[in-house]
Amino acid sequence: MPTVYIDGIEVQLAEGERANGIQAAERAGIEIPHYCWHPGLTVVASCRMCLVETGTRDPQSGEVKMLPKLVPACQTPAGDNTVFVTNSDKVKQARSIVEEDLLIRHPIDCPICDKAGECDLQDYHFKYGQDERRADVRPFTSRRRDVGDTVTLFVDRCVMCTRCVRFTREISGTSELFVAHRGSHEEIEVFPGYPLDNKMAGNVVDLCPVGALGDKDFLYRQRVWMMKAHDGVCTGCSTGCSIEVEENQDTVYRLKPRENPHINEWWMCDEGRYGFHHVHSDRRLTNVERIEDGETVLLEWTQVLPEIDERFRQAGRLGAALSPHLTVEEAYLLAKYVRSIDPEAVVVLGPVPVEGQDESFKNGFTIRAEKCPNRRGVEEVVRHFSDGVPTLEELIANVEAGVVQAAWISGGYKNDWIDDAKAERLAPVSCLVVQDLFGSPLLDRARYRLPGAAFAERAGSYVNHVDRLQSVDWAIRPPAGVRVEGGVYWQLLQGQRMFKARGVLEEVAREIPFFAAAANEVGPLGVDLKAGSAVEKAVTG
Amino acid sequence: MPEFEPVLLANVDKPDSHTLKAYDAVGGHRALRKALADMTPEALVELVKSSNLRGRGGAGFPTGLKWSFLPKDHPGPVYMCINADESEPGTFNNRILMEEDPHQVIEGATLSCYATRATTAYIYLRYEYPLALERLQAAIDECYAAGYLGKNILGSEFSLDMYLHRGAAAYICGEETGLIESLEGKRAWPRVKPPFPAVEGVFRKPTVVNNIETVSCVTHIVDRGVEWFKSLGVPADPDNPRDPGSYGPKLYCLSGHVNKPGCYEAPLGLPCRQLIDEYGGGVWKGRKAKAVIPGGISTGLMTEAELDTPLDFGSLGKLGCLGLGTAAVVVLDETVSMVEFLHNSCRFFAHESCGQCTPCREGTNWALAMLERIRAGRGRLRDLELLLEIGDTMGMMPGTTICGLADGAAWPIKQAIRKFRDEFEDYIKRTNPSGYLVTDAVPALPLVNIH
Repeated sequence: MPTVYIDGIEVQLAEGERANGIQAAERAGIEIPHYCWHPGLTVVASCRMCLVETGTRDPQSGEVKMLPKLVPACQTPAGDNTVFVTNSDKVKQARSIVEEDLLIRHPIDCPICDKAGECDLQDYHFKYGQDERRADVRPFTSRRRDVGDTVTLFVDRCVMCTRCVRFTREISGTSELFVAHRGSHEEIEVFPGYPLDNKMAGNVVDLCPVGALGDKDFLYRQRVWMMKAHDGVCTGCSTGCSIEVEENQDTVYRLKPRENPHINEWWMCDEGRYGFHHVHSDRRLTNVERIEDGETVLLEWTQVLPEIDERFRQAGRLGAALSPHLTVEEAYLLAKYVRSIDPEAVVVLGPVPVEGQDESFKNGFTIRAEKCPNRRGVEEVVRHFSDGVPTLEELIANVEAGVVQAAWISGGYKNDWIDDAKAERLAPVSCLVVQDLFGSPLLDRARYRLPGAAFAERAGSYVNHVDRLQSVDWAIRPPAGVRVEGGVYWQLLQGQRMFKARGVLEEVAREIPFFAAAANEVGPLGVDLKAGSAVEKAVTG
Repeated sequence: MPEFEPVLLANVDKPDSHTLKAYDAVGGHRALRKALADMTPEALVELVKSSNLRGRGGAGFPTGLKWSFLPKDHPGPVYMCINADESEPGTFNNRILMEEDPHQVIEGATLSCYATRATTAYIYLRYEYPLALERLQAAIDECYAAGYLGKNILGSEFSLDMYLHRGAAAYICGEETGLIESLEGKRAWPRVKPPFPAVEGVFRKPTVVNNIETVSCVTHIVDRGVEWFKSLGVPADPDNPRDPGSYGPKLYCLSGHVNKPGCYEAPLGLPCRQLIDEYGGGVWKGRKAKAVIPGGISTGLMTEAELDTPLDFGSLGKLGCLGLGTAAVVVLDETVSMVEFLHNSCRFFAHESCGQCTPCREGTNWALAMLERIRAGRGRLRDLELLLEIGDTMGMMPGTTICGLADGAAWPIKQAIRKFRDEFEDYIKRTNPSGYLVTDAVPALPLVNIH
């Protein structure tokens, strides 16, 4: 195995593995500061922050031969017997000069800069910079201009790493951004009439190592050190990007992509990124209501669940529609609940929202037309309880045939998901329970209206379009009056203690072979259920 | 030294020297006929290698060696780029060649393409050379018509297309990978190396970038032989096995404060004083030289006392200069203020820095701002230390930038201050008598104005 030496620390690389100096040093626990390099973009080696000394070690004699020049670690491959020195005086001086250079024309307006607290320029200055400003260049003019509807540019904060430019050329393939002018007059720019408006544009803000590119959706709304980041899964489409949900005091302020080589690499689309505002919409349902003879009665959760349970037990044939917005655990619990009362209950997959066509970008990143996170997971739960995967249409058919007397319809959709005509066909159900985020024609016809949770409030697992299961915990508590579906179903099933998604998933993994691979701890990158079942087949067969 | 008969400039004063008729009348294309008839490309590469011809574009890299870096048995295409983006201040020898003897250039380029098996050649011409553009294009057209370019040149198997590409007036396009990027239609940001152009150049294919004067020399090496070439110039240092020597004729561009500025041809190793006195008729107005730029502004400065140094690839480094560069000798007489000189130099490099690497983008701009302040009478002695620190830490040689532009910007700073420190100190003390010792940070001048 190739061995790399970083400041005397030996690091083993896998055979044939390609790593540069920065990546190799990371293995040794050593940070090599960098601006322009990003693992997902081409190497330009222009910021010169990652300068290190390098050489080769003679494996026989152990003698190390160093190159006289400094080299950028991002551009220097780590191979067998490569030596990197990252802590010599020469390296420290080079870093401090680059830091000083970058701060010559930088406004240093950290107190009013959104990036402060997560800014590489700021962090590196404290770690590697000089304590005195020696430059006498009139620093800045504080210009700001929008480069697109969602992204704004603070011209003077830019350090010209060109990550954003490369992103639009290499990842989104839209090439809106470019560098205008030359030398110290350089600026990031767009052509007149061609703004940064691609569907992945928000990523340039995450890529920006300084506060030059600002997300107008997030700008000035929260200091980054006030927020807590929670691992999440984007529920915007069936790609199921790994994300971080950043919140403070139960308000979500920002979603950011979380690196996951199996799904989204470092990126997410704007649809997902900005698709969290419904969580805090004032149109959200918060009241538990019973409609009886046209009259609305406000109930408490403690009253309504025993009441529904009792009606369900008396109703005869039950039905349940499992929304593809539910987690695997929730879908399983709801199905298990109705089946525990009525072993013949009709369990169907709720409507799967599809908008337009799948949309792929230059690097292969795809925004899927299926606008829900867990069609695959819920489908497999439904398949376990029913014959095949019946849809809402089958439930309606049973209602119209007068078979189903009581039904639980789960929602959780962001947009309109059921029309008047379809809702009307479900109206004959004598006890219709609807738990949803927003009002709908179906809610208007429900006997029990229950407010449901949004994605950031749920704990559980989602299975994306290629059967990768990711488990996440809740990031915020739901608004007052709302209870998360998982807990509701858990209580209806008379579960002991609190609802714990992990415990339910273990049960699911035992009960449904499709989920077998999730029996063990699911890591932050998720688990491939297909690969898991393949392993299982290999073992048993 | 025996009387030297110009070779590269042999035709420039003849009437209609830029036409094919005039060129062939004095034995033009003899070398091309000889090479195509009798030599394989490998033999031609070996010939140029054995001549120790070094690139005339500035770096002095051995041309034959550069050619031999091309991958063997590459399916092709291989590209040849002729660097005619002559923009080093003080340099004009390529212009003379292109305007007065374009066929010599094209013949040399064709030979170089034959040696490297390139079937497409691009001449990247500096924007500011309209006459060269006109004459080169006319010469290329003439060559196509006469069968010196195009399919099956002179009835041989060898075919070559040559294109003239006019740049858009940026200094950085003279850097070989900057040139390649610009040729591809991109912003001329020099590429990170490796891969070197010989492996991955224009359109990601193996590419050789050679200077106009270099390829012109190839013509004469083929025509007159290696013996002749090596009879000129300075032999390799026997104590230094890596020294390829400085052989052959060289076009010196003499300008500045001399009586007869111009482009003069002489063997490499001509002492600077001889160039100024014998060729240039001495420093003008009966004055003495204060300093001489030996090879374009990037290479630094020689003092009057150092003028007996021979102008070749090896000697100038011993004076702390960057090297021979383009052999553009600029004479500064004793009335020139070194502060003004350095300001001018810094303004040029701050303007021309491509802005890719941080140390160059910010360093050139910072140095200029400091010199603006010194000129405005608010300099401090401390600034000289800062300028030297910028100069010493910026460039490809310490490893802090991708290309050599920053080295070129650093050398005048380092050399002007180190060699003329007294003058800088006097200037600062005289113009800022109350503040020259201040060491606190000072507010910037509002008049920093580069464009």
